[in-house]
Amino acid sequence: MADLTDDRAIRRGRLTSRRHFLAAGAAGLVAAGSSSVDAQSAKKPIVANPKNQPPNVPDWSKVLGDGVAAHPYGKPSKYEAHVVRRDVEWLTASRESSVSFTPLHELDGIITPNGLCFERHHGGIAQINPLDHRLMINGLVDKPLLFTMDDIKRFPRVNRICFLECAANSGMEWRGAQLNGCQFTHGMVHNVMYTGVPLKLVLEEAGLKPNAKWLLLEGADSAGMTRSLPLEKALKDTLLAFKMNGEALREEQGYPLRVVVPGWEGNLWVKWLRRIKVGDQPWHTREETSKYTDLLADGRSRRFTYFMDAKSVVTNPSPQAPLRYKGANVLSGIAWSGRGTIQRVDVSLDGGRNWRTARIDGPVLEASLTRFYVEFDWNGQELMIQSRAMDSTGYVQPTRADLRKVRGVNSIYHNNGIQTWLVRANGETENVEVS
Amino acid sequence: MSKYPSLLVAWALAIVIATPTLAGKKLGLGREATPQEVAAWDIDVRPDGLGLPKGKGTVAQGEEIFQAQCAVCHGEFGEGKDRWPAIAGGLGSLKNDRPDKTVGSFWPYPTIVFDYVRRAMPFGNAQSLSPDELYALTAYILFLNDVTKDPKLELNEGNLAKVKMPNAATFHDDDREKTEKSFWNKQPCMKDCKKTVEVLGRARVLDVTPESKTAPRVD
Repeated sequence: MADLTDDRAIRRGRLTSRRHFLAAGAAGLVAAGSSSVDAQSAKKPIVANPKNQPPNVPDWSKVLGDGVAAHPYGKPSKYEAHVVRRDVEWLTASRESSVSFTPLHELDGIITPNGLCFERHHGGIAQINPLDHRLMINGLVDKPLLFTMDDIKRFPRVNRICFLECAANSGMEWRGAQLNGCQFTHGMVHNVMYTGVPLKLVLEEAGLKPNAKWLLLEGADSAGMTRSLPLEKALKDTLLAFKMNGEALREEQGYPLRVVVPGWEGNLWVKWLRRIKVGDQPWHTREETSKYTDLLADGRSRRFTYFMDAKSVVTNPSPQAPLRYKGANVLSGIAWSGRGTIQRVDVSLDGGRNWRTARIDGPVLEASLTRFYVEFDWNGQELMIQSRAMDSTGYVQPTRADLRKVRGVNSIYHNNGIQTWLVRANGETENVEVS
Repeated sequence: MSKYPSLLVAWALAIVIATPTLAGKKLGLGREATPQEVAAWDIDVRPDGLGLPKGKGTVAQGEEIFQAQCAVCHGEFGEGKDRWPAIAGGLGSLKNDRPDKTVGSFWPYPTIVFDYVRRAMPFGNAQSLSPDELYALTAYILFLNDVTKDPKLELNEGNLAKVKMPNAATFHDDDREKTEKSFWNKQPCMKDCKKTVEVLGRARVLDVTPESKTAPRVD
């Protein structure tokens, strides 16, 4: 087993430096190019120190460490400072109406840590005092109601793990390979256990009129985000959530209250929820007409495209996490479907010519990320890595070419096509489009 | 796939079945919202005009407001400054290689302009415009888009919803289960699925990934 780099140069989640040190190859090198600008992670390169390695005894084995509550709210090791959300500055005009991406290549299992869940805001992060927060229900109800957060928490509670994927995830890739890293190509997804109350129970408290068919969900942020939700989905499995992964929602995820719409596009999961209006037809808000509709090649547009179809991506290796060793390696990735559970994931190492079925490990839940692995030996040959998810409805993740045949290249949303990573002989990995 | 996933699926189904229901019984939570409270927050507007407040405004009045409060981002003629969105132009461009989706070329209903500006604009000073100002701005934005060619147009709660938008008829409900039926393919190819594989495009050629050295600003 050859070590292509050296453990003394700890990966920093950057592209250029890695290319250089992979090329250098020799042991003992600090990451060359580590002086290049890296605004969002630690400035100083982290290097290994032989004095801390056998046969020596490192300092941390000799001296006392910090006591309890040195960090009343714990945080990751300083050696993990590169594991952060990143944004693509040129994508949007302002950070208040923009997106940051989950570092999928640094994560494993199926749960996304709260601080790494991608963000999408349309008017910045509202900072709401929960004591002042109110949820109003009005429209086609017997009695318009106003709830405090304490009121909401007195409804019967449920827990549910599900993915939230922005409909625009992979939206930059419609015309071909564009961004080098699964954080950027697929990082608008996260997977969280929510605690909340069934929306059905809250609606029943107000009493639905017989002609009620649609809901308007409205946020308290400065974008006043609004989406129409069919009543049927609201009654089936929609939640009003106030906890994520056990703790209060993060502000950037809608603190103190957000909607959870399992399997459906993220834009419907209105954050900072302040009002639900009951109506008899959809509102056709700006976010479901001008945005979040899918423009086809013939000039027509699909609307209310709620389901997130089956999708998968190999997170390791990927451009931000290249192959570093010959011999035994673990390929890892995530798969998900808004229509049901993941039944199977196939992986190809030769650009889709031949496929093998990956090993799924961990929980397989409806509308949740599902983790898969393929253990393989690498002898330095070029690889074209792909993954293909199948869900419980029999849907098979299509190729990008098959998607384009139906939709053209201007859909922006719902790009669930198969991703290809090209791994070169030196382990460097690149986002490519293949035939 | 191991045996564990199926066990977990069973567990997940059990959870769904165990979702609490109250069989129509009310818990007595929350309190009735007063008419004043509802009126203050009930700002949504539907395409049929339901929810439009009383008020009126002309194209000329709208131009004044637009140049003072909107043009800094959207441009004097709604063409969009820097990377801020263009809100006018692009009529007939939806089939183009690079379509230009604006209020005039894409938005299906005129009420959306009123509703969206009312709740979200001006960016950073939302919910600051009066109904009269909103009617005026909507009139001006429709005028910028040639949706109306009448510079004397006055919009109000009675006539706004009647304005026809050029692209209204091109939206249809999600039809993926029909038009993409071939993706429900239970037996995908596993072996010798294609003869050759060629690299058609590479991200590095574009080099737009953040933290790479030469990332350009791309629109």
